[in-house]
Amino acid sequence: MSQSKPILGASPLRKEGRAKVLGAAKYIDDQSLPGMWHGATVRSSIARGIICSITFAPEIDWEQFAIVRASDIPGENTIVHLTKDHPCLAESQVNHPEEPILLLAHPDKTALLAAVRGVRIEYDELPGVFTIEESEAAVENNDAERIIWPGSDAGGTANCFKQYLMYSGEANETEDGLAAAFEAADFIVEEEYHTGAQEQLYIENNGVIAECNKDALGNVSDVCVRGSMQCPYYVVHALTLIFNLPEEKCRVIQVETGGAFGGKEDFPSVIGSHAALLAMKCGHPVKITYDRAEDMAATTKRHPSRTRHRTAVSKDGKLLGGTIDVAIDGGAYATLSPVVLSRATIHSPGPYKWPHIRVRAKAMATNIPPHGAFRGFGAPQSLFALERHMDKIAKTIGLTPEELRRRNFLGTGDRTATGQLLNEPVDMQHLLTRALQESEYHEKLARFAEENKHSTIKRGVGFASFMHGAGFTGSGERRLNSLVHLDVLEDGRPQILVSSTEFGQGTNTILCQVAAQTLQLPYEDILIAQPDTSVVPNSGPTVASRTAMIVGKLVERASHQILATLREQEDLPEEHTREQFIAAAQSYRAKHGSLRASVRYEPATKIYWDDELYRGDAYPGYAWAVYVAEVAVDLNTYMATVTRFDALQEVGLVMHPVLAKGQIEGGVAQGIGYALYEKCVWKEGRMMNNQMTNYIMPTSADLPPIHVHFEEVPSIHGPGGAKGIGELPMDGPAPAILNAIENATGIAFNTIPLLPEDIFERFTSFTEPAHGGSEDFDPTHLGEFLPEAVA
Amino acid sequence: MRSDVSLYDLSAPPSLDAALAILAKEPGKYTPIAGGTELMVALGVGRLVQHSLISIQHLRELRFIRVDDKAIHIGAGTTFTDIRRSQAIAEDLPLLIQSASWTGSIANQNRGTLGGNICNASPAADTPPALLAYGATVRLISASGTRTMPYSDFHLGYKKTVLRPDELLHSISVPRDFSDYRQYIRKVGTRNAQSISKIALAAIAKLEGDTIADIRLGAASLTDRPVRCSATEAALQRQRIDGANLDATVRAARAALATEAKPIDDIRSTAKYRAAVAANLLEEFLRSL
Repeated sequence: MSQSKPILGASPLRKEGRAKVLGAAKYIDDQSLPGMWHGATVRSSIARGIICSITFAPEIDWEQFAIVRASDIPGENTIVHLTKDHPCLAESQVNHPEEPILLLAHPDKTALLAAVRGVRIEYDELPGVFTIEESEAAVENNDAERIIWPGSDAGGTANCFKQYLMYSGEANETEDGLAAAFEAADFIVEEEYHTGAQEQLYIENNGVIAECNKDALGNVSDVCVRGSMQCPYYVVHALTLIFNLPEEKCRVIQVETGGAFGGKEDFPSVIGSHAALLAMKCGHPVKITYDRAEDMAATTKRHPSRTRHRTAVSKDGKLLGGTIDVAIDGGAYATLSPVVLSRATIHSPGPYKWPHIRVRAKAMATNIPPHGAFRGFGAPQSLFALERHMDKIAKTIGLTPEELRRRNFLGTGDRTATGQLLNEPVDMQHLLTRALQESEYHEKLARFAEENKHSTIKRGVGFASFMHGAGFTGSGERRLNSLVHLDVLEDGRPQILVSSTEFGQGTNTILCQVAAQTLQLPYEDILIAQPDTSVVPNSGPTVASRTAMIVGKLVERASHQILATLREQEDLPEEHTREQFIAAAQSYRAKHGSLRASVRYEPATKIYWDDELYRGDAYPGYAWAVYVAEVAVDLNTYMATVTRFDALQEVGLVMHPVLAKGQIEGGVAQGIGYALYEKCVWKEGRMMNNQMTNYIMPTSADLPPIHVHFEEVPSIHGPGGAKGIGELPMDGPAPAILNAIENATGIAFNTIPLLPEDIFERFTSFTEPAHGGSEDFDPTHLGEFLPEAVA
Repeated sequence: MRSDVSLYDLSAPPSLDAALAILAKEPGKYTPIAGGTELMVALGVGRLVQHSLISIQHLRELRFIRVDDKAIHIGAGTTFTDIRRSQAIAEDLPLLIQSASWTGSIANQNRGTLGGNICNASPAADTPPALLAYGATVRLISASGTRTMPYSDFHLGYKKTVLRPDELLHSISVPRDFSDYRQYIRKVGTRNAQSISKIALAAIAKLEGDTIADIRLGAASLTDRPVRCSATEAALQRQRIDGANLDATVRAARAALATEAKPIDDIRSTAKYRAAVAANLLEEFLRSL
């Protein structure tokens, strides 16, 4: 073997790092094509209504513009996800503010400013619904005026995109078990939890450049879209319907992408289709880039949620049974809501043993721009509820949060709520022990209790225990049927061909590490092709914490296949040098013309999943974690600040320590924003704070030292044992922080984002029990430092 | 960029006199622009209504920090960074240094000016509370002469000042001698950096034994303009802060502040929160004396 040290587990330079640092990396807005025009979108100014008329201001010379309406779409007017309810351009009715109605293009970007304002649209307004509760009420009251979404053949019903009913066993037996559990329970603990929308806030806004060619008859022959995105083949799929073209005539190229976080999973299909339609209309390449205000107002955010828990517990702290009702706000169209809801559903029971559990989940329609993918994908919502609820149970029955969890943790050989056998080692007990030690939890618990008596700054610690499933849910990976190529080029250097994209998280680097490690070659020798669907195969979307584990495993298998070929046919020795590899590869190429390995996804073990019953092996592998937050709540300002954060996770194998630590730190920072800062202010479905001055993302001055700790227990599902970690760090911070705030103040807050104004309201209105019921306020925690305003 | 820059014009006169002459010739036509940290944001989002701008950023006559026996005189074109680097201001006016450090980012501080911060007249601006507490005076200049007035008289209402269309703010003068005053300043923003104040309070007080001999309070986001809290100051004059009397003094202070606090609900916070936190900050100051 030519490498003395393994490269998997080392931290080589990022493949594209040098270009990024030197400013040489070309993002979409750095690029231009000859004769390129610019595009802009005319959007609805109301939440819901019938389009009565569209008129064009007479002072503008409209001859200079290309104008695309719904009627210009050669194929289907739909942005396809799971159903076809989402139009590419609104035709007769709009269902949310900022809905695209018309597209304009002009050679001069500046000319578009007045032109967009010069399109006047009149509406016959219809009543809108803007919350989960309003949407439910319309269904319950049979209020036809407020049924804003009719249902679909893909399983939706009026105002409801999707419902799941998940049992921990056979349905009737589980219902009987639940009835018995609640009968026998020493305590029944109930609570409702809410989470808000969250903007992804990638640094680079959405943007694309599209080209369109026509045949001699003037029909569209092929289209090409390049831009900032996560999933090139999703955009291909969208274009095939819009243009009624076969896949090979819809080429999509991912260019350097400045962050995504899920915000570029489904949305590029929209902006990509728009730009391609304008290119068709004007006969030039067309670039559309959104500015921050348009990106924030019009594109997807994390689904707001409401989760209700009802739990039967014995006095010694055993969970006997539980029901969980999860509702998410999907916005105006189904988009990815059913799959976000799926992940919320499956993660809602957490890392605990439930003898009997029933989870009901639904995604409701509202007249808000569609909510979409965002790191965590439903899990942060239901895990927030669960981990707050575990602290509530502990408090109710008089156990510590630690002891309650210890008595109910899943372990090796147990079955999850979906019936999945945990045959790979799981040790939550150890993770909890270590996380509490690393964070000095017990010492702080005692010290803060003492110090808080004499201070207007109340400090506290809290934690959350959780897991995140890597890869697509259930049978998803099998359906994706991902394909990876590994070529060896003329000079003997291997090149990875995947549609998996780099958008800051490290895809390029880790996949090259896997190939280098397996092929016994220097990391620098490995190339990775730009994701261009005319060149790379469909290795699936870059989502769901699947790239390291699933695609990485495919790269590992392809590398083994190359080695096997060269060993068999070119007598490459088991331990080879770089020179031996190149010589063998070149010799093979001389005889065969090329050297390529192609591998398709195959589960490492038998994976059973029943989509109807929602039972079976929900995910190939899970990363397990315990996160500990330390907070300070200043009673002069009611501001809660995270003062230290410890994140411990078991991730199989740390492929690249620097990138892995960065992933966790970034996710924790995003989670702190989710918990304490980032609030979408809505008015009639429109985001009112669509600028970074008023949508408050925490800065480095607001973030604490984040201590990242890893445990490694290799999994058979990933390369070298690695599991996915991309989304995991989004799940734990919010409940850990609110648990710590309860520890600091004695007040249970069950809604995020939790802003100083919310804390203030609870501190000044404690005489009338508010949201948290009986545990609302414990004056002993405040002592003589009760602010005078409320005394 | 949501504005068509070709629809805007900008002139950059070579001297202060030339700038004043242009303003005098067509009063109201031009909007002065210094660092542009406010106006360029408005331009970017397509909301800059003033289409004729006159740049005063380069005018050396407006960028100075001069110290004499009684006061520090700061030119309106002095940047936040200039202020933060001034030894004299650091020694005599620590609250001004602190408030200059709050504004925006380092890049904003390199461009933004003290004059712009005052003339933009945002009720949430960072430097006014300190300047109000210190009892600053402002010097206004036009082609027809200069006038001087207490800074506390400068703001007339929301984004309204005494400045005439032909006038510029020339300089701010701040008395130096606060060495025997206790000083306090705190901003409560939406986050710890790059934020706009939900509430801010600057306070200085001189004690004679346990009695407040002099107290001055300046606040941001408490009313429609940066405000000096005169009623609260009056209520605290000659009040005692020893153990037996502190609680009564604090109560009187909170009650007085409540009479002059007129905060609003907006996208950043609520009126109730602002009023309560302003009182908490005042109490924090009084209890620290």
